[in-house]
Amino acid sequence: MQTDRLLTGVLRAGAVLAALVMLLILCFLLLESWPVLTGLSVFRFLTDASWHPLEGAYNLMPMLAGTLLASIGALILAVPLGIASALFIVFFAPLHLASIYKRLIELLAGIPSVVFGFWGLTTLAPLIGEWQPPGASLLAGVLVLTLMILPMITITAYTALAAVPKELLQNASALGLSRWGTVRGVALPAARTGITAGVILAAARALGETMAVLMVAGNVVQYPESVFDPVRTLAANIALEMAYAMGDHRSVLFVSGLLLMLLVMVLSAMAGLLEKRRYA
Amino acid sequence: MPETIPLQTKQKIRDCTAQGLIYLAVLLVSAVFVWLLTDLVRGGIAHLSWAFLTESPHDAGRTGGIASILVSTLLILLVALITAIPLAWSTAILMAEFVPVESNFGKTVRFSLYVLAGVPSIVFGLFGNAFFSIYLGLGFSILSGGLTLACMLLPILTSTAEAGLRAVPDTYRLSAAALGISRTAALIHLIMPAAAPALTAGLLIGVGRALAETAALLFTSGYVDRMPGSLLDSGRALALHIFDLSMNVPGGDNAAYASALVLVCLLLSINILAMKLAYGLQRRKIMT
Repeated sequence: MQTDRLLTGVLRAGAVLAALVMLLILCFLLLESWPVLTGLSVFRFLTDASWHPLEGAYNLMPMLAGTLLASIGALILAVPLGIASALFIVFFAPLHLASIYKRLIELLAGIPSVVFGFWGLTTLAPLIGEWQPPGASLLAGVLVLTLMILPMITITAYTALAAVPKELLQNASALGLSRWGTVRGVALPAARTGITAGVILAAARALGETMAVLMVAGNVVQYPESVFDPVRTLAANIALEMAYAMGDHRSVLFVSGLLLMLLVMVLSAMAGLLEKRRYA
Repeated sequence: MPETIPLQTKQKIRDCTAQGLIYLAVLLVSAVFVWLLTDLVRGGIAHLSWAFLTESPHDAGRTGGIASILVSTLLILLVALITAIPLAWSTAILMAEFVPVESNFGKTVRFSLYVLAGVPSIVFGLFGNAFFSIYLGLGFSILSGGLTLACMLLPILTSTAEAGLRAVPDTYRLSAAALGISRTAALIHLIMPAAAPALTAGLLIGVGRALAETAALLFTSGYVDRMPGSLLDSGRALALHIFDLSMNVPGGDNAAYASALVLVCLLLSINILAMKLAYGLQRRKIMT
């Protein structure tokens, strides 16, 4: 029918446009970082003396280290808490408590990063500062990131655990396994792929998070010696310096954006493959 | 049998420890959540008033209100939604109704959106600055901020709409075809209305994302806190206002608390509404 054909045409155009957005983003990032990618040796990002972009020193490594440390720290805290939360909802809580707690986690997921950052800045950082000055530190960044990725890990782990077939669990209890025995021996292994995919997605989120970390982590470009030292992450660096960056400096910022995006893309591709394997 | 009894007690102890630890974790998470909320309410409630919502900011936001900020936020949101919804929903309708899941076209589009969903918001900011602000010459404006946000919202709007459309039972489509109704008419009169709650829920989730966004707007919609005169003026979004007050304005904490409270209240009510709508309608698919 003619209207059908017309409609499909219009829809197809919309879909093509939507799909092109990703390509457009990639193109413009490459275009803007091209002068540096071709003009400077890649090794300068590794071997320059420091990050002093106005004097032409572009060592990205301390900030990459800051990004990775903050994300890993957040994962170490958020993974056990998130999985425990999901287990609570699926296996341990009474029914009404489970749904209340699940709501709470979903609401936590909706709180914007700037509010987490603000809270970290006014509450967490001063608390840490009383104990180990200056307060704005890697630890504060890790704690704020933990709160931000916790809902994601909980919700994906919950989805994976809730999808474990009932028969498996019934068989386990028929064999006389205790509740924890069932969880550890049957439910967690069965849901492992889904939980891992969720954790990887959360890692990607943590790597790319900007505002909250920018507000609490102190933003000093250095390799931190302890968790109480301030650090600067790649994303925070872009937000801080983009406003006045010119020429090569601006291009280097785009390179770091590209780097961040590639890291995140690799992680989400891994998560996607896991998900696919789960449904295969 | 003397050997089984220690084993059973050991198991019991292990079970109790595991349960205790899980309860502890849950208690910890809930306590932090409550702590955060009470902090925001306690810090913000004193400064919050009707005047705060209806006056423009003075003295870099320390005094006055957030009226112009709210207007800018709303305009940015409108631009983003008006651009993103047609694209996202036409993609979703195409994927759910017309294109087989396994076709190359479907796979390509889905893959592209999947990757887009993972792009960090600061990267959207870089792209928006390079493309909309500089290449297209829109400068720091509400328009370029809104268009950047539209790119960000595409994946979430598409996936929620597609899930909602797929949740409409196939009997609807078959009955419509049996009655000789064209697919276009069936879509408009039958399937879209049936999927309306899910579409609205997805829309609300998208609105929530857009309101929460800061990093993508830093170098696209800009910092200016005056009342915007047109879409080409720079306008400061609410989330950015909180950031600016707390980081760059000494003595802006009270106003920042109040603005944060406004933002969180807005987002909580939007999310609760979205949950209510999505409840029972493939809820899991839509929320995650």
